[in-house]
Amino acid sequence: MKKQIIYSLKSPYRENLDVIGFTFGSGEKSACIVGSTRGNEVQQMYICSQVVHALKKLERQGEITEGRSIMVVPCINYYSMNIGKRFWTMDNTDINRMFPGYEFGETTQRIADGVFRQVQGFKFGIQLASFYQSGDFLPHVKMMKTEFSQPEKMLEFGLPYALTRKPRPYDTTTLNYNWQIWETQAFSVYSYGTETVDEKASQVSVDAILRFLSAEGIVRANVKPGYVSRIIEENTMQQVHTEHGGIFKTLVKIGDTVYEGQVLGEVYNPLDGEKICEVKADKCGTVFFIYNKPLIMQNSVAYKIVDF
Amino acid sequence: MIQTVAENELSVNEKLKIRKNTYQNGKGKRISIVTGTHGDELEGQFAVWLVGDYIKKNIGCLNGTVDIYPALNPLGIDSITRGIPGFDLDMNRVFPGFSEGTMAECVCNAIVEDIKGSEVCVDIHASNIYLRELPQIRISRDTAESLVPLAKMMNIDFVWVHESATVLRSTLAHSLNSIGTKTLVVELGVGMRINKDLGYQLLNGIINLLYELGMWSEKPDFEVRQPIVSFDGAVGFVNSDASGVFVSDVEFGSEVEKGDVIGRVLNPLTAESEPVKAVCSGLLFTLREYPVVYGGSLIARILSREEEN
Repeated sequence: MKKQIIYSLKSPYRENLDVIGFTFGSGEKSACIVGSTRGNEVQQMYICSQVVHALKKLERQGEITEGRSIMVVPCINYYSMNIGKRFWTMDNTDINRMFPGYEFGETTQRIADGVFRQVQGFKFGIQLASFYQSGDFLPHVKMMKTEFSQPEKMLEFGLPYALTRKPRPYDTTTLNYNWQIWETQAFSVYSYGTETVDEKASQVSVDAILRFLSAEGIVRANVKPGYVSRIIEENTMQQVHTEHGGIFKTLVKIGDTVYEGQVLGEVYNPLDGEKICEVKADKCGTVFFIYNKPLIMQNSVAYKIVDF
Repeated sequence: MIQTVAENELSVNEKLKIRKNTYQNGKGKRISIVTGTHGDELEGQFAVWLVGDYIKKNIGCLNGTVDIYPALNPLGIDSITRGIPGFDLDMNRVFPGFSEGTMAECVCNAIVEDIKGSEVCVDIHASNIYLRELPQIRISRDTAESLVPLAKMMNIDFVWVHESATVLRSTLAHSLNSIGTKTLVVELGVGMRINKDLGYQLLNGIINLLYELGMWSEKPDFEVRQPIVSFDGAVGFVNSDASGVFVSDVEFGSEVEKGDVIGRVLNPLTAESEPVKAVCSGLLFTLREYPVVYGGSLIARILSREEEN
């Protein structure tokens, strides 16, 4: 294993921001795994740290295929993590909306540029991503639909669901999208949790990544079998909105099977405790996403339901 | 007449309401003036107040409808938050929205639907808190033909025609322009502040626009500024290579020569400094306002003299 600073930025008042990359094996740039790009993505950093831990062990055992190399970058924006901020410390910009970056641009464009120079050129790219909506969801892998993408590769992760997403304009500056533009097959792995470390969920993601690396012949890891995934278009999922704002209580759990018309949750008046509305499923399926905060606004997505 | 364009229940005993005030006289065209998309940009608040006040006092001159939307992101303005509070979302990356989507998408969709069909929409932004900007209108190259003539009516200092970036397809201006509602994006001043002179300059521009569109009967009695129209190639970017505290050595809005020292980045700990130099000769139309900088922080933009037209 080689540990190196892949990008460094001077700060006026803090130690340098040194982005660390771990490289395993040598030869063909086979896979690159990137953890948190935002200051609140603690679980994503943790998962990467566990991948580093696992790859160290595999390397010691000689189980990294000869002529293949893997890079892991657990955390890019630890400056924000250290002060409890999600986006960049100074100007609140999102590094994951700055790719491929610009060498002579603004600070976060420069960070994105510096990191992207190191993480591009790999055959596969895996990003540990977080959801912008507050909620819990089933572990899954996602791929942007571009001319270059091969969605069937997602099945090798063995996660319960594999989603494809048609890129929206604001997706075009993400790491995942730009990896694909530069001909890296890019995947986003979503784990339960962002700001907290969930051991069980992180192990699911670590296993999925090792399963994929094994399936591609990059490592030889002894991982338990995964799910027989299904590929689903993200926009075919049923989104269940709340008709009113208030206190939200869910009556179902992630992964539950629900039927058409079933009451999934309830919204209560936060001042007098009266029930204001019920949140019902439009059709049957599996609960993929549940909003997880007590306060909810009208028209919030409270649930996402996927066809079995 | 004050109307609610979009509303959405918040969690506790309150509704988010996007409101507009409609000034109407006669049966002429309709224009929309919007501001407050970013909660830390306040220059537009004074400008639309001036426009509303002026129209009320001179309603007989109006032939048509002027819709003023002072706060597209009222929660952001109320909490000094650039994006939509609670969502970490830049509202100007959510347009045109979606009527069946999340709260932000529903609200953005309702705004677009309401403005749609206006003869012109003027979308007023201030700069952020980091940079000070001369009054300017920004236009993407693919809409330049129809928008530059309108921009020239707006009494601003210059028009910047830039390449269209994919990510900007989620802006209000792009969404409206793509459905045929001609939309001008005005940038001026600095975040979290109001410069009264800029407000009056914009008032004059909007009254002149109304006059030129046949919506205002009295010819303005002031000389309308003729803006410099520049393209991307004519704009020089000055980014800091050092980190520290930037102090300016030049006047904002002044002419500089290539190689001139615009300012210095100071290291308060070592008492050292790094000069920041002009990358081309021309008008300094953007200048760093917030002093603390990292490598890459934008210090200035210069409108190159050589490529003016």
